[in-house]
Amino acid sequence: MTARSVSITFAGSGGAGVMTAGNMLLDAAGHAGWHGYMTRSSGAQIRGGEAAAMLRLSTEPVQSHDDYYDLLVAIDWQNVGRFAAEIPMGSDGLVLGDPDGGDFPEQIKAKGARRGDLPFKQMAKDIPGGRANMIALGVVAAMVGLPEDALMAVLHSSLKKKGAEALAASEASMRAGMAFAASLPEMPKLAPPKAVDKKLWSITGNEAAGLGGVRAGIRFVAAYPITPGTEVLEWLAPNLAKLGGVLVQAEDELASINQIIGASYGGTPSMTATAGPGLALMMESIGLSVAAEVPVTIVNVMRGGPSTGIPVKSEQSDLNIALYGLHGDAPHLVLAPNSLADCAFTTQWAVSLSEALQTAAIVLSDQSLGQSRATIAPPEDPGFRASRLRPSGAPEGRYRRYLNTESGVSPMAAPGMKGYQYTADGLEHNEVGTPSSAAGDHSAQLDKRLRKLTGHDYGAHWADIEGDGDIAVITWGSTTGPVREALERWRASGRKARLVSMRLLSPAQPEKLAAALDGASRILIVEQSHGAQFHRYLRAHYDLPGSVRVFHRPGPLPIRPAEVFGQLVNWS
Amino acid sequence: MSASDQPENKTIETVEELLAHALAMETEAVERYQELADQMDVHNNPEVAALFRKLAEIEKLHVDNVNGLSEGMELPHIAPWDFVWETPESPESLSTNAREVHYLMQPYHAIALALKHERLGVEFYAKLAAQSEREDVRKLAEELHATEVEHVTLLEQWLAKFERPEKGWREDPDPPLLQE
Amino acid sequence: MDATSACASFTARDYKSDVKPVWCPGCGDFSVLSAVTKALAELSIPPENVALVSGIGCSSRIPAYTNVFGFHGVHGRALPIATGIKVSRPELTVVASGGDGDGFSIGGNHFMHACRRNVDMTYIVMDNEVYGMTKGQASPTTAPDWEKSKLTPQGTGINPFHPLVIALASGANFIARGFSGDPNNVARIVAEAIRHPGFSFVQILSPCVTFRPEQRNWKDGVRAAPVEATTDPARAARRLMSDDGFNLGVLFRGDRKPFQPSMKASVDSVVALEEEFLL
Repeated sequence: MTARSVSITFAGSGGAGVMTAGNMLLDAAGHAGWHGYMTRSSGAQIRGGEAAAMLRLSTEPVQSHDDYYDLLVAIDWQNVGRFAAEIPMGSDGLVLGDPDGGDFPEQIKAKGARRGDLPFKQMAKDIPGGRANMIALGVVAAMVGLPEDALMAVLHSSLKKKGAEALAASEASMRAGMAFAASLPEMPKLAPPKAVDKKLWSITGNEAAGLGGVRAGIRFVAAYPITPGTEVLEWLAPNLAKLGGVLVQAEDELASINQIIGASYGGTPSMTATAGPGLALMMESIGLSVAAEVPVTIVNVMRGGPSTGIPVKSEQSDLNIALYGLHGDAPHLVLAPNSLADCAFTTQWAVSLSEALQTAAIVLSDQSLGQSRATIAPPEDPGFRASRLRPSGAPEGRYRRYLNTESGVSPMAAPGMKGYQYTADGLEHNEVGTPSSAAGDHSAQLDKRLRKLTGHDYGAHWADIEGDGDIAVITWGSTTGPVREALERWRASGRKARLVSMRLLSPAQPEKLAAALDGASRILIVEQSHGAQFHRYLRAHYDLPGSVRVFHRPGPLPIRPAEVFGQLVNWS
Repeated sequence: MSASDQPENKTIETVEELLAHALAMETEAVERYQELADQMDVHNNPEVAALFRKLAEIEKLHVDNVNGLSEGMELPHIAPWDFVWETPESPESLSTNAREVHYLMQPYHAIALALKHERLGVEFYAKLAAQSEREDVRKLAEELHATEVEHVTLLEQWLAKFERPEKGWREDPDPPLLQE
Repeated sequence: MDATSACASFTARDYKSDVKPVWCPGCGDFSVLSAVTKALAELSIPPENVALVSGIGCSSRIPAYTNVFGFHGVHGRALPIATGIKVSRPELTVVASGGDGDGFSIGGNHFMHACRRNVDMTYIVMDNEVYGMTKGQASPTTAPDWEKSKLTPQGTGINPFHPLVIALASGANFIARGFSGDPNNVARIVAEAIRHPGFSFVQILSPCVTFRPEQRNWKDGVRAAPVEATTDPARAARRLMSDDGFNLGVLFRGDRKPFQPSMKASVDSVVALEEEFLL
């Protein structure tokens, strides 16, 4: 019995090492030629908290989770109930627990899955330096049919720094697990890989966002740590340095946004990354970037809100603040990657748009994209580069920084350009930049700042549009993964439906959406927010043909493909 | 301006140094008159603005005069804080502080303030003419002194044409405005 | 101007724009503008190589009145903007400026951290102990018994903030105080502050003619600091703690190394970074 995709969760608390086991399994699957995707769920403790590494391994590229897990390996049961709801299992699923660790918790029993005993403690005791997580890894590897050499290659490269003794202990633990697997109930093995593509990457969405930034030319980053955006900054810190760029750790988000505005004013493409509370703090200054026309990119990795909310879990609920959080009429760019790999593409595009249009770009990633790791085909560099319109030659008369051009984009000088001195201002100003409260200046500058965004040709990247038929599912961001998978199943059953996954959220593209929905009479909107923010956004800016249904719910529970599929079935 | 930073009894030793002082004094005076005229423009006091502009024009003639005297010479560069003024700024630079300048000030105040500073200029040259040990410096100082005395006389005559404003001229029935 | 600056390539006028200030006649900030432009001229820094950054408030209007690259940002954030400019463009001369409300209240956190970070720039605070642009409210440096604000009609009842002490404790590398009534000395202090490596903090007492007319008497209270500037933070701390706020001059000169990350690339292109992702 083989499957095209298998889903596994490692669970455990303090020191169990489930994340390490998960990462190694993901890498080993990649070595074997499979694709993999891993998310994590954890408690709020800094160390020792309950944690789960949730993986999906597949013969096809995969960047979202399946409906159910085939296997849950619990090294212990400490507080596993806190995220039991995030690990749906069917009756043919299998849960493995240590008989020495007490009875299976009720929430786990309630899943109705098969149960098996895996005596981690005893097995680990029998091996000098034995590790339960490596036993678990060995068990899982054998059960899904992972080739031993792929597993050993990853073991050696991951643990070589820890010394020969530790390596030997881990290897022995892993082999013990592999041997023990034979005595456990069977589960579907993963079908053999299609073709071994040795050039796969193992990357997280947050790393990909950082990569997209530097590909576009970002060379200054100001950083204030916040979950789940921090890894964007942590990846950038050493890598910017290698590129001759600079990362400064700021004292707060008010500082980080203003530092990047300063560096960008100085002529250096600049970016920061944050999450909801940080984005809220930055809002006033993002408005400054809009008014003073200083390009900056803010990658906002969404988490559950409002307020401190659920920092470690995903939600698509910062859409409203990203679109509407600025005071005044402040047109700016809002973009959203719709897959882990797309974090690179969309961030790179956002930087190039922000630079070309001299405004702020907010990139709405989320925890489930940012903190997930996947093996992916290397995303090609789409070629977007930061390129700013500069004045050339000697200025004729007084330099008009905010010249009311036809496109709305005015040549932007940088310090050091003789004769082009001007004062950037958040106060309304005239073309020269001198503060002005005159009605004429205000309307002219408002028009110009809007026109440069609405008049720009964003091409085909504004959305991913797939399929045809009278049902259209409109979604954005990380929910695109399960929607896409639901639609594949839908089409596999011989029916038609189209997908519109919107990458460019502001400025709105009503004509393009109208064209994409041409002929559709049923619109299903899918999003992960309690307030149906995306639905309300669509209602505000677009005409939706035919009848409209909305499937939305807040985090932390991810939208599953089967749920979207169910919505389609119910509507047929 | 801490103890060690105090200039060490600097004096003017050469004609070039004196001309550098004179040029700075007259030029800064012109600029200050213009700045004050701008301030009065912004605060809708056109009468005093016009007056300051006129004073700037007169002062420009002094700049021309000093430039004429300096022709063919290379004047030394002196940092703003290294001039030997006994006043916070060059003597003929009108004070911009709140004791002297007000948006409701009247021509009388403007002329009186100008007179005060022109007199400081006169004093500066007089002192130098009296104290310098060098004949050429003394002679030039006397010459410049004479020009300033003329200017003072002119301003005195001018001032006499205006009545001293009554007390309460600063009063504004409206409160200040909120800006940002 | 013809001959004054035989050696210097610039005059103060080269650093002034033709925008007429909105400041009240009699305001101390005019002198600060004059002093800053004189200092820049004296240092012969081409105007296009200077960035002058401010926040919000009367004194924060200063960039538009100059002919350097200016940035008039939002309230309290001049220092982070200046930090971004300087760190990414270390060859520029960066000056941040503003008032006591902007710098010590809404921007207080940035003030501390800018001192601590010690980026090579100069921060000029025109201190008039009042919010002028919002019609005269108490600022962090206002005396507790000042009763002229409608917002705190009984006075604030809280002790004023001592910016020089905070600057020292936070790690500023140069600390000085000037008085707008003595612009040539302010120019000298500002010039020295700009030349001094690291973060230089200059408080300039700059009377508010409209809301604090009594500050006209500051002229009679200020004095040159009776002792030389120290390089010893402990001595500076003792001095500043007993300072009455009217000692003028350079009060502390530190020798901490300024913050400036190297900007030397070790790889040719982004492609070189991508190897780490390969399985």
